[in-house]
Amino acid sequence: MADGLTKSAARNIFYGGSLFFFLLFTAMTAHTHWYMVTTSTDSEGLTESVELGKHVWEENMCINCHSIMGEGAYFAPELGNVWERYGGHENPEAARAGIDAWIRAQPLRIEGRRQMPGYDFTDEEMTGLIDFLEWTDGIDDQDWPPHPAG
Amino acid sequence: MKYETQKVALPFFMVAMALFTLQVLFGLLAATVYAWPNFMAEIMPFNIMRVSHTNLLIVWLLIGFMGSTYYLMPEEAEREIHSPNLAYLQLAIFAFAGAAALVGYQFGIHEGREFLEQPFWVKVLITISFLMFLFNTSMTLLKGRKTAINLVLMLGLWLAAVFWLFAFYNPTNLAVDKLYWWWVVHLWVEGVWELIMASLLGYLLIKMTGVDREVIEKWLYIIVGLALFSGLLGTGHHYYWIGAPSYWQPISSVFSTLEVAPFFAMVVFAFTMFWKGSRNHPNKAAMLWALGCPTIAFFGAGVWGFMHTLSFVNYYTHGTQVTAAHGHLAFYGAYVMLILGIITFAMPQLRRVQPYNQVLNMWGFWVMTSAMCFMTFTLTFAGVVQTHLQRVLGMNFMEVQSQLELFYIMRLGSGLAVAVGAGMLLYSFFGPAREQVPAGGTQMTSGAGSA
Repeated sequence: MADGLTKSAARNIFYGGSLFFFLLFTAMTAHTHWYMVTTSTDSEGLTESVELGKHVWEENMCINCHSIMGEGAYFAPELGNVWERYGGHENPEAARAGIDAWIRAQPLRIEGRRQMPGYDFTDEEMTGLIDFLEWTDGIDDQDWPPHPAG
Repeated sequence: MKYETQKVALPFFMVAMALFTLQVLFGLLAATVYAWPNFMAEIMPFNIMRVSHTNLLIVWLLIGFMGSTYYLMPEEAEREIHSPNLAYLQLAIFAFAGAAALVGYQFGIHEGREFLEQPFWVKVLITISFLMFLFNTSMTLLKGRKTAINLVLMLGLWLAAVFWLFAFYNPTNLAVDKLYWWWVVHLWVEGVWELIMASLLGYLLIKMTGVDREVIEKWLYIIVGLALFSGLLGTGHHYYWIGAPSYWQPISSVFSTLEVAPFFAMVVFAFTMFWKGSRNHPNKAAMLWALGCPTIAFFGAGVWGFMHTLSFVNYYTHGTQVTAAHGHLAFYGAYVMLILGIITFAMPQLRRVQPYNQVLNMWGFWVMTSAMCFMTFTLTFAGVVQTHLQRVLGMNFMEVQSQLELFYIMRLGSGLAVAVGAGMLLYSFFGPAREQVPAGGTQMTSGAGSA
């Protein structure tokens, strides 16, 4: 391959090209960051409770069973749109109560069904977690997933 | 082994293989839960098995990279390692940090972001150890001969350390969190790790085929150029659905399609050098790995990656078992096989015996590789069925999963076969040395004059 190409030319193309694409990628990332903060997410609504919810989400490593916006483990349902799935857009109070009751009902101990562990969340943590899931549902993510099933 | 300090690599390989064994075991546990959901449910929840499985992989591959670097650096730089004691010390720190993280996970101690679950202090220890490693190897390089192999390798390792620093940044805004999370995850495995992969592969080919260094090193620069030109903007295939602008869809559909190119080039590279080579290297098993690694990487990372990388396809397949299928074969082909190949090449020299247990090693290669392929096929079928039922028809997640049971049972079976293959391989590395030469020599001889 490329017999006309010398080793030093190949090296220079590698360094020069990589630097070019890295700078381009950095600029696009910076723009994406700006776009996320100003347009696609609700920065105003990013309350302390949502922050606590994200902390609860991480502290219990939900990501290694569930996915959120398609990322994580694929063992348990997608939660990026769980708010929508529980009807949060139409009836927020019912969705809130539904998610709360579901988490508190764990572990279900049904034979032959994947089991979620039980968690001893305080009311504040539970509210935060649900606020976080509601906030995440509000991210403009190009209409993903294609179906509310997640 | 020309240089005394190359033996520094041995404990690295031993630790790496111990962690590899644990990785396979945790994988088996997790696969069992997929087949029998109540298995160990009250003792060890699934998320603990999975975090252990993925973290062990990352840690042992990094230790494998380090060991490989210590092994080849003296030969490439033509001088001894700057400080063998520093190497042992940084290995001890790294292994301690990895073990502490693993034990901590069993008790729910972690930071809870996928793949970056290590507690803060473990991340700090990993950083310190890696910097000690970079210092040690860079000092060796600076005082010695600079080749394309060791320069590209060190560039890959340094950049891996730089991008690792994004692991310390966890913004409150989930979309922004994900944006930079990929600066570690993607820029490692689909970016700078490919520099490490290509240079280690180049090293093996120089040693085993005897092809002129100039030719191999030119190929190396072309391959790593293709990797970064495509892989940097290819990051955007992870930005389709996380709240990023829509321009990532066309741009990254194109660039991540091009990500197949470096992997294809590596296949052509390895096989061309193999046929051009004139050296009849006695370590046939290592040659097998050096050809197998780019081949499986091409399918796992290249073909299986391309399969779901176009945005209008990914819209439906994102976050299904299709991703799991791709992830398994890509990591196995590109990085697991690479390190196993280096160890296969280095072990006889580190143990100061002729290439030994080669036939057993090659059985390990075939058993493990075919089992990984079978696992990938079962997960792909599961993913296609899942995509259709869940994303097109809108069936409930748990209902869909119950339709996939047969695939998960077959995946568990292939996992057991992987474990058998891994056992053969480990025995060939560390078991009693028994010189084995493959029968039927000429087909296995590299070079135009053979066969």
